[in-house]
Amino acid sequence: MKAKIAAAPYLLWAALFIVIPMGLVGYYAVTDANGAFTLDNFAQGMHFAPVIGSSVWLAIIATALCLLIAYPLAYLISRKSFNHQRTLVLLVMLPMWMNFLLRTYAWMTLLENNGVTNRLLGLIGLGPYEMINTQGAVILGMVYNYLPFMILPLYSVMTKIEPFLMEAASDLGCSPGEALRRVVLPLSMPGIATGITMVFVPSVSTFVISVMLGGGSFMLIGDLIEMQFLGNAYNPHLGAALSLVLMMILLICMALTDMFSNPEEKEGLLL
Amino acid sequence: MGNNRLRKLSAVLCAAALFLSAGAPCFADGFDFDRNHLPYSDDWNDYPYDEAYYGQLKGTGASINFYNWGEYVSDGSDGLVDIVAEFQRLTDIKVYYTNFATNEELYAKLKSGAASYDVIVPSDYMVSRMIKEDMLLPLDYGNIPNAKYMNEDFMDPGYDPGSVYSLPYAWNTVGILYNTKMVKETPDSWSILWDEDYAGQILMFNNSRDAFGVALKYLGYSLNTEDPDQLREAAELLKEQKPLVQAYVMDQMFDKMENNEAAIAAYYAGDALLIHNDDIAIAMPKEGTNKFIDAVCIPKTAKNKLAAEMFINFLNEPTINAQNTEYVGYGTANLAAYCLLDEELREDPILYPPQEILDNSEMFINLSDETNLLLDQLWTEVKASNKNVWGWGVLPCATILAIVIGKARYRRRIAKRHKYMAED
Repeated sequence: MKAKIAAAPYLLWAALFIVIPMGLVGYYAVTDANGAFTLDNFAQGMHFAPVIGSSVWLAIIATALCLLIAYPLAYLISRKSFNHQRTLVLLVMLPMWMNFLLRTYAWMTLLENNGVTNRLLGLIGLGPYEMINTQGAVILGMVYNYLPFMILPLYSVMTKIEPFLMEAASDLGCSPGEALRRVVLPLSMPGIATGITMVFVPSVSTFVISVMLGGGSFMLIGDLIEMQFLGNAYNPHLGAALSLVLMMILLICMALTDMFSNPEEKEGLLL
Repeated sequence: MGNNRLRKLSAVLCAAALFLSAGAPCFADGFDFDRNHLPYSDDWNDYPYDEAYYGQLKGTGASINFYNWGEYVSDGSDGLVDIVAEFQRLTDIKVYYTNFATNEELYAKLKSGAASYDVIVPSDYMVSRMIKEDMLLPLDYGNIPNAKYMNEDFMDPGYDPGSVYSLPYAWNTVGILYNTKMVKETPDSWSILWDEDYAGQILMFNNSRDAFGVALKYLGYSLNTEDPDQLREAAELLKEQKPLVQAYVMDQMFDKMENNEAAIAAYYAGDALLIHNDDIAIAMPKEGTNKFIDAVCIPKTAKNKLAAEMFINFLNEPTINAQNTEYVGYGTANLAAYCLLDEELREDPILYPPQEILDNSEMFINLSDETNLLLDQLWTEVKASNKNVWGWGVLPCATILAIVIGKARYRRRIAKRHKYMAED
């Protein structure tokens, strides 16, 4: 009973800011401007399948790159002494203290044709390279902004892998590579699943990064939804339908990553 | 900076006072304002406020919500008047000033009913859309005596027949901004935005209406065409242009042109004056362009119509309007204010283009819902027509695949081990 009372504020919060808005999104998605029931919005949304496809694809690439970079890094951090770990984790977190937009804006300055990088390369006679307004720049922006979300869950799972497990593995005849593959990788699976979810979800729904680093040439589903609410054709019905589609994509993604983690291994999960 | 402007202003005032001691009417060259001898004085002292009129609501604690574009009303910088503060001082009406970034944002805010505003500044086509959707109140010109200073050419516009709901705030045209160091020729046509020589150096509007406007004008069609085939043709043209475009931008244009990051941009002509780069010039395309007017209106949800009309009247006080025009950097339709402007501004061919350019330009009107939807779909097609998306990231995908397979094998092994344990 007590627990129920304690949960009341959260329930109220959830009802006010999660359930009701979700209901509104659902309502808008299946009605037209006159409030009549229709599935036309979803049919219209299908016109934009290529946009949805390329958003998912870019997010997959960004997530994979994050995993490739974060995995060894998280492992190395987790093998350091306690004090070193604290410093290194702080360094990972440090960029997040700055506003997201500002960080992305800084990349614009770095990548521009007359930007810092090209000017430095120019000093040693290279370039200029076309870096900004490319797909690579959009992916770079995603990887840069969301990398900490991959590192932190991996790190928190890996610190729980005791060094004696590695010693035991080598005592039993595992080479270091084998120990990594047979001991560390399986034990860190829950961290990988969490990390993938935490990077993929914001990547697939982002809209600022593609506008700032992609020069607005690579429209993502986030841009499309934004356009329906603040763009030329004010069409919250289509926007809501697209949001639901995006939600479905995210649910599918989370179901997929859930396959990675056994129920028994769940204790290691951050979320 | 502020002092400098102030000095300039007072110098102009002195010169004007000397030159016009005889009270000669003001007229200028180059713009059709000079066709008529304008019957307005250019002495700043000739326009005192009507204290009785502005005192009407004193002591009632009245307030208005003013919803406007960013940096679009003189705020006391550069030695110019702080309009909001001055109005509050004069009338005792509190003004809450907030900003929007696009017409669509303004529309969405009003439509959702999330807030109530008393004075708004939509552009032409949005004014007509709001009229059509019955979102505006008719203006009571009895409460806006300064409407008499308006240029007749700007009254009774296509977007608001009879000027029932709106009064022009500022106006300008769309032009081709270019960097004279990077562009050797002098552009005279929209075709330069499709010129392969400038691939990767072109900036384009990041909103459908303006972007399609450029393409439609280049094709020789009306900005307001409702013909799906013409719109599709324009969309094809924009897709063709896409590989040449460096970026689709709005306000980022300022930084990019200032830092020589791009050579050519289609943008609002008056903004060229705000770029701190001496190499930036502006060209007017021979195919014609878009003339746009931002107009003050009172939305239906306004709480205090009289105070709103007093504010609109105040915005059209010649002395206030002149300083605001200098701050905003676009043209004014208020002829008395025009007469008060610095000669340099008055004769600027970008702000007050010659008549033939104006004759060759067209204004946006609101499109039908179907056309708006089609436009949005075509614009999305243009923006989504990506170069090679799939070539990337074979490596990351292979990695993911490897992990999945590894996981599956691991699971099988665990299952096997469990089996052994059970057998034991």
